Amino acid sequence: MKNQISMKRRSYINIMRILMAVSAALTCALVLFLVIYVLAKGIPNISWKLLTTGPSYLSEQIGILPDILNTVYLIIATLIIVIPLGVGAAVYLTEYAKNQRIVSVIEYAAETLSGIPSIIYGLVGMLFFCQFLNMQTSLIAGSLTLVIMNLPTIMRTTQESLKTVPQSYREGAFGLGAGKWRVIRTVVLPGCIDGVITGCILSVGRILGESAALLFTAGFAHALNGFIEGLGSAGASLTVALYVYAKEQGEFGVAFAIAAILMILTLIINLLAALVGRYFKKRRSI
Amino acid sequence: MKNKKQILETAIHGIFLVLGLITVGSVLLITIYLVIAGIPAIREIGLFKFLFNDTWKSTAQPPSFGILPFILTSIYGTAGAIILGVPIGFLTSVYLAKLAPPKMRSVVSSAVSLLAGIPSVVYGLVGMLILVPGIRKLFHIPDGSSLLAAIIVLAIMILPSIINVSITALEAVPKEYEDASLALGATPIETYFRVSFPAAKSGIAAAVVLGVGRAIGEAMAVMMVSGNAPNMPSLFQSVRFLTTAVASEMSYASGLQREALFSIALVLFLFIMLINAALNFFLKRSKEG
Repeated sequence: MKNQISMKRRSYINIMRILMAVSAALTCALVLFLVIYVLAKGIPNISWKLLTTGPSYLSEQIGILPDILNTVYLIIATLIIVIPLGVGAAVYLTEYAKNQRIVSVIEYAAETLSGIPSIIYGLVGMLFFCQFLNMQTSLIAGSLTLVIMNLPTIMRTTQESLKTVPQSYREGAFGLGAGKWRVIRTVVLPGCIDGVITGCILSVGRILGESAALLFTAGFAHALNGFIEGLGSAGASLTVALYVYAKEQGEFGVAFAIAAILMILTLIINLLAALVGRYFKKRRSI
Repeated sequence: MKNKKQILETAIHGIFLVLGLITVGSVLLITIYLVIAGIPAIREIGLFKFLFNDTWKSTAQPPSFGILPFILTSIYGTAGAIILGVPIGFLTSVYLAKLAPPKMRSVVSSAVSLLAGIPSVVYGLVGMLILVPGIRKLFHIPDGSSLLAAIIVLAIMILPSIINVSITALEAVPKEYEDASLALGATPIETYFRVSFPAAKSGIAAAVVLGVGRAIGEAMAVMMVSGNAPNMPSLFQSVRFLTTAVASEMSYASGLQREALFSIALVLFLFIMLINAALNFFLKRSKEG
């Protein structure tokens, strides 16, 4: 069989095979290199003091506790707002909407939103939340900007899981005399938990990595604040702090420490997303 | 009683309708705000002068607001990233979709999704400390912050989108096509490149367009490696993209300069809208087969 393949074809096959192997190996090598390089350069710079203090001009010490807290506040505030909105939109699309035109307009809008670059979100967030709604540069303005960015994600994952709730459950509940709202509350919503959780994990990953949208909405401050107080004031997230330390202050040690922390968190989130995905898949197939 | 229940149901229907329309509202909000904020400076400077003048001196007296360097840099940078990233991404996706043993596939796929999850500032940081000095030494130029550095960073950053969308497209190719090709005596690799690839053309075009969108919209990583001088694009020179033009001056700009930044954002937004439309076109066509 092999002998019947002409020389020309055989070399084509071999070239393609080599190109594919090289590309796949290059992709993996890149990932491996990035992870190892960032961790190797960053972990030695992580110290207890760095993690538990704020920056102080007096002792010329840099601490990233405020940035860690700001990131946590941003994540909490964004998720609290975006989950009801995203789930609500998904419920509307799968349970209520009868007009196909409205459905396609909403889905087109969601696709458009996920294609808009974060710098534009940042700009509009600044104009609308910070200036028009007079929130100034604050974490809450940043959160609201992130809400718009993450809305399509939550909406899509919830929609996917709502589609897997069997129609017969709904019909059964209707048959027992339940109203639409009651059906949604007791049958539909419990069925979309997995979609919401998946969406949350994806959103947390995106919020962690976001920087351009936060630059002008949440600002650069490194003050140590409580949750409520923090939401009202400006604050840098880990990514923004990384940018400022690396680009504007030349503090590469701190920048790499933050990069290593972000890398570890990204690894954890990816692992979590894979585990959750597998868990729900298994549970559903039973 | 019945009436009360009906009112409640209608109210809840209304609430869900409002929630559903929030995405539409957000898109409108973004569009309207960008148009309102972007038009005044274009009016004042003149559309033609704004788009096709090649000097940007926003703080000089008198200032000059020509964004041609930014537009061209964004286009060249994106094209470069596509030229580098698409072949690597496409070949990797063929390997993953068709050839890789399941275990290998799951390892490489998780590596790819990790690549997608790494924050852009981390790419920027690594680029600043490895690529920029590397380019400086390799090509003997005074500063390595250049279009080339940005292109390499962007090529890596768009890999995951290209790989994932291409895999989906390749997997959607009907098995019969490949079986027919194999039965006619083509080898598996010939089949993948000469039958599966043309059949998945629309989906792969969508992958490329998605990559274009990612590359043209990226700001932070590019800002950290490209040097930010408003030069006309050249591979080994410091350049400024549309995104970084907005980001780098926004914090201190005022007056006409600030308005001009909004106009740049509006131009960027129009690019993105065009790309989105192209993406939808290809996705729809690939769904129809």
